[in-house]
Amino acid sequence: MTELALPQIDRTTVSKKSLIVSQLKKFTNEENVLSENEEIKPYETDGLAAYKQTPLAVVLPENTKEVSEILKFCNEENIKVIPRGAGTGLSGGALPLQDAILLGLGKFNKILEIDFDNKCVVTQPGVTNLGITHAVQHKGYYYAPDPSSQLACSIGGNVAENSGGVHSLKYGTTTNNILGVEMVMMDGTITRIGGKTLDQEGYDLLGLVCGSEGLLGVITEVTVKILRKPQSVRAALIGFPTVEDGGNCVSDIISSGIVPAGMEMMDKALIDATDKFSKAGYPKDAEVLMIVELDGTKSEVDGLLNKVSEIAKQNNSNSMKLSNNEKERLAFWSGRKAAFPACGAMAPDYYCMDGSIPRGKLSLILKEINQLSKKYNLAVANAFHAGDGNLHPLIMFDGSDKEQLRKTEEFGAEILKACVKHGGALTGEHGVGIEKRELMCEAFNNDDIQQQLNIKKSLDEKNLLNPGKVYPILRKCAEEGRVHVHRGEEKFPDLPRF
Amino acid sequence: MSTEEKKNSQISLDSETLSPSTEKEVSEIVREIYSKKLPIEITGTGTKKVFGYNLQTAKKLSLSQLSGIIDYQKEELYIKVKAGTPIEDIEKILEENNQELAFEPIDFGYMINGQTNKGTIGGYVACNFAGSRRFKVGSVRDHILGFKGVNGKGDIIKSGGTVVKNVTGYDLSKLISGSFGTLVVLTEITLKVSPKKQSQITVIVYSDEIKKISNLFDKILSSSNEVSAATFIPEEPAYKNYEHTKNKIFKFNDLDQEGSFLAFRIEGDRRSIDERLKELKIELDLSNFKSSILDVHQSVPFWKKVNNLELFSGTKNNILRAVMPPAKCETFSKFLNKNYKYYIDWCGSLFWIEVLDKDDEKINKIKNFILENSGYLTILKKSENFDFQDTLFTIDSTRLMISKKIKDSFDPKKIFNPGRMYREL
Repeated sequence: MTELALPQIDRTTVSKKSLIVSQLKKFTNEENVLSENEEIKPYETDGLAAYKQTPLAVVLPENTKEVSEILKFCNEENIKVIPRGAGTGLSGGALPLQDAILLGLGKFNKILEIDFDNKCVVTQPGVTNLGITHAVQHKGYYYAPDPSSQLACSIGGNVAENSGGVHSLKYGTTTNNILGVEMVMMDGTITRIGGKTLDQEGYDLLGLVCGSEGLLGVITEVTVKILRKPQSVRAALIGFPTVEDGGNCVSDIISSGIVPAGMEMMDKALIDATDKFSKAGYPKDAEVLMIVELDGTKSEVDGLLNKVSEIAKQNNSNSMKLSNNEKERLAFWSGRKAAFPACGAMAPDYYCMDGSIPRGKLSLILKEINQLSKKYNLAVANAFHAGDGNLHPLIMFDGSDKEQLRKTEEFGAEILKACVKHGGALTGEHGVGIEKRELMCEAFNNDDIQQQLNIKKSLDEKNLLNPGKVYPILRKCAEEGRVHVHRGEEKFPDLPRF
Repeated sequence: MSTEEKKNSQISLDSETLSPSTEKEVSEIVREIYSKKLPIEITGTGTKKVFGYNLQTAKKLSLSQLSGIIDYQKEELYIKVKAGTPIEDIEKILEENNQELAFEPIDFGYMINGQTNKGTIGGYVACNFAGSRRFKVGSVRDHILGFKGVNGKGDIIKSGGTVVKNVTGYDLSKLISGSFGTLVVLTEITLKVSPKKQSQITVIVYSDEIKKISNLFDKILSSSNEVSAATFIPEEPAYKNYEHTKNKIFKFNDLDQEGSFLAFRIEGDRRSIDERLKELKIELDLSNFKSSILDVHQSVPFWKKVNNLELFSGTKNNILRAVMPPAKCETFSKFLNKNYKYYIDWCGSLFWIEVLDKDDEKINKIKNFILENSGYLTILKKSENFDFQDTLFTIDSTRLMISKKIKDSFDPKKIFNPGRMYREL
């Protein structure tokens, strides 16, 4: 694995470990401070399992006051802090450092208030994304953003990463679905931003914090909006003989004024892989396959589904199925949701990329990816959140072959650079973390990055909170990163990834 | 700095109003005023000048020459424009392509001097005041995909881009929305655009019982039938000094009953509208109310009037903007009812309130009530004899401290609109 540079280890801090651990035990129950190797090993990595470092110690505070005291102490003593939710992030945003305290929010696991009158839920950050929906679904409500790891990922982590999901095409990402947070700054200051109102007075600090990848503060409470479940949900499974036809269909659906709840696309390589893996019964003659999901009132959904099928026919679709019940709809999704494990079964290792591009460039980028696949002689399968131009190419390789690994990394970096070149972004929903840190110069120039660093400095003067993430350490734009899965040993093998 | 750069940076600051026509010129001007530490007022066409504290700067930076559509990609649902582009130019080209800005830009011209005067897109982003559809589609900030601008040192910076899925770096598009020009001089803005709905109707429900009204708002918010706007227009207080404009402004053939009313809008294709109307009638128990329906020809102008604050057209009084948690709608309405001219938008969350001139004590009372009930207040328009000593925008001390740090990271010498939002920024 190519080693990404991490901040230099402060040996003085490491040498004071026992002193620091005993200090931390003053702020919270002793059993909440972990420092023995076997206790802290589970925290050595997150969803980007290729990178590992054992933290100095792990502290699991139980309330906001404890978080505040711990941060204040660390700030005064110049000790780095890495915040962590469920540790499911795919870009290494919660990767520990040897001279840093890992601050786990796992004990913040309670929903504090379910407020149907204000259509919101106030929750601690360690509650899972799906846990919120489970708490309100008995009254027909749900929390809209649905990252594929929603069973395990925490809402605090979602705020840090501005997580999206399959349905963000219609319902937006985390930033569009939260009303407020309580946050502790690195110097221990506790602040509340927003609340139960729409928008807030003054600067939009909520918008700044959402997606800041744990660099600006530690989230200790979140207020999320809840929505009423749509009355009707139906999906179409559509195959196309060429990539261009599929890409054009995506553009035509969007420009016709239809906003599907979700619109997913898979290429031939992935159709074959998932078919072998999950027996989803996808059409064999399709070069690309699309799942279009629509929700709303019954007649509206029926009408829109007809429109979608007409647009698909105009774009030469060669197979089409429309779901008539929930069982059929879920069957359409079964293959798509098995995409990642299916790739894991095809090669010893795979890298998952996360770029985004304008929708109209889908077929173009797919062609470029296929050309790169030939150039590097590495197989690739493509899953797209096509409706919002978010790509997840999965590059298959053998990590035990150093040369293949190097080529894979180059391949991945070329894909992300192509995304930026075509007017897209380096990361659509996984975050920059350490993974794409050195590629930031592809998207931003020095002045852009300096402004962001100035904000960071204004709120965390000593750069102690989650250092070494998001912003290039050397600003050299190296070609590194991506999610690396070795022999199917994903960090969270049970989580669906799509 | 190279010799050529030095030469280029010799910008004349002679005139009172500086009107750069390129981003580079904006950057050069800001570099100059930064080196001289000259505070400057940033304006577009001046339509939102009355918001915030009056500025006493010697110079103005007008972005009115920085105007024009840079790139409109209909299929990609975005439009990239220069910051000084009139919002009407943007709305016109979108209209021609059957698209729109979903946040329904408010025309503040009516409230300010009695006639339409919309201003530039830069102003809309700087204020972040969204129209009636806010509770359904988000605010102005939710429709900004990216921007370019010049920070307080003269550096040209950017954030975001043109795609909807983008989590690369801090989301500064959100932060600069609603910052009233105190962080950056915007030069370029990329907006998400939306397909226009095929048709719409508006249901008018006649009632002046606050409890019933807030109950209706709650049911609308709880419904999955996608209502895209809901307002309550109460009878004006009998108090003489308030101008009675309601019946004149909301004059429609099918708005045929006297008194206070709630109105809600259903948008979509005809079949879907009919189906949802049928369900909403049951959900809201509309058989218990007098009600009527405005067709598309009445519904469209109706919401323009609501959105554009035409009820306060040309008023000389103070105008307050309060946002409350939706469940506080009833208590706050009862507090205001019959004492103030006001109306409610955003399905029970947004209150527009008119307070008579020289009534600072009442503003204080309203403010305290709002803060006690977890809302927030902006004193938007100040009357001639306005002498309110407190802040125009509410905030707590911790967030003000954080805001000061953020201001410092963009504009360390406090040259952009100093004191416009808060005296400390």
